[in-house]
Amino acid sequence: MLVRRYGWDGLLLEVDDPAAWFRTLRAARERGELTCEEIVPAARTVLLRGVRGEPRWTDLTPSAAPPAPPSRLDVPVHWDGPDLDAVASAWQADPARVLRETEFTVAFCGFAPGFGYLAGLPERRWLPRLASPRARVPAGSVALAGPYAGIYPRSSPGGWQLVGRTELVLFDLDREPPALLAPGTSVRFTDA
Amino acid sequence: MLEVLAPGPLATVQDLGRVGYAELGVSRSGALDIAALRLANRLVGNPESCAAIELTYGGAALRAHTSVWCALTGAAAPLSVDGRPAPYGVAFGLPAGSSLAIGLPRYGIRSYLAVSGGIAVAPVLGSRSTDTLSGIGPEPLNTGRILPVGPGDPGARAASSVLPGAGDARRAAAPPARDAVSPEVRGPETGAMPASGAGPFAVDFVPATMPGGEIRLRVRRGPRDDWFSDPGELLRHAYTVGQGDRIGVRLDGPPLARAVTGELPSEGLLAGAVQVPGDGRPLVFLADHPTTGGYPVVAVVHPADLGLLAQARPGTRVFFHGSQR
Repeated sequence: MLVRRYGWDGLLLEVDDPAAWFRTLRAARERGELTCEEIVPAARTVLLRGVRGEPRWTDLTPSAAPPAPPSRLDVPVHWDGPDLDAVASAWQADPARVLRETEFTVAFCGFAPGFGYLAGLPERRWLPRLASPRARVPAGSVALAGPYAGIYPRSSPGGWQLVGRTELVLFDLDREPPALLAPGTSVRFTDA
Repeated sequence: MLEVLAPGPLATVQDLGRVGYAELGVSRSGALDIAALRLANRLVGNPESCAAIELTYGGAALRAHTSVWCALTGAAAPLSVDGRPAPYGVAFGLPAGSSLAIGLPRYGIRSYLAVSGGIAVAPVLGSRSTDTLSGIGPEPLNTGRILPVGPGDPGARAASSVLPGAGDARRAAAPPARDAVSPEVRGPETGAMPASGAGPFAVDFVPATMPGGEIRLRVRRGPRDDWFSDPGELLRHAYTVGQGDRIGVRLDGPPLARAVTGELPSEGLLAGAVQVPGDGRPLVFLADHPTTGGYPVVAVVHPADLGLLAQARPGTRVFFHGSQR
């Protein structure tokens, strides 16, 4: 692990397993062993913001990590995205079958409230972003870019390749918790 | 209650922001010039955390449906209540039925209008702030919008009563009652100012620190300064404020050359992060920043200096200073 200072009250941890560190750090915060306002896992890092006092990292190394929470989400998908054929030809396989058979985990959230970066695709399935992003991607679109799959929580511009859509509402402020996806949630795509 | 007669270019409700949801992709948001928000709240006797209205380039008007105390801080704009001048940086009464007009500030961008009791729209995830990036929080204000006002806070009253001379100063500063302003429109319910006896403080002087032609921002290098061939260039060059909004401010100036090519996997961002996209020209994130981003952050601006940047108009010169490491 490498700790980089990030401004006046931030620490950026470069770690091998950000999701495990996220769970460990959150548990430590709940126990009062870590004081900070935000814990933001990402692809290879965890950002702590509003940190008071540098924690004793040796006590926090995720060997003692609590197991991944049992939260699991099935996402029913209509496989009718505009890039479905392009993805099928890049993969030489049926995208619906590949995605149904892949066990995804939310590596981190970002981009928009409720958007989870879903890790689990083997490297040979990684895809580039579109050369020019779409001005409007409909809410619920199931999309692929780089090592990740994702679901657009609301209509927005976007450069990911669209393979389908779901009717699940990913982020709803009238629900507790509002986001269906949190770091560590395991996700399975099914046929709608 | 307040009614928005005209919102100006952009008016939003803002408080100190929403903390603890960044892991879900929800940024802190909140007032861009936090010091100005806190001051406006203190002037009207509110806790500093109350929600107020953040105006962008002024040009707004509101009508009071109930009597409130108001104070404007941040970008100094001319004010008038029913056509009579009202002071900047000082609490003044806005009797029920009267209208407040806020003109165009000469310097700065964002003005903060606090009202006694605070703007009491329903909080979302613990904050009343509008997040312009994610769309969380109340909609930006539009003409005709009715804003509820809170009942005021007994704690603030208790605090004010222990300050020596505060009571006298308050009485001296008490605005004329409604009947002294325009008796012809006085209705049975609209007469007096809030009868708390604990109005806001009078102050003789509120320092206005709006940037003129140039600003100096403290930075600390990192976390990705090692991605640039000479990150110290940031401190040696002068930059110019370009396009900006609540998400961030673009700076024009000599591009920073990268030492590491390739893409950085997305990582967490915070307000003040000086991110350098592919064209080498820095962008400083403000309150509505995305929670993660994939361009390297060369340095971070001190949180206390972000208000200055949020008030700097396009064309303002920007100098960074700080330790070389």
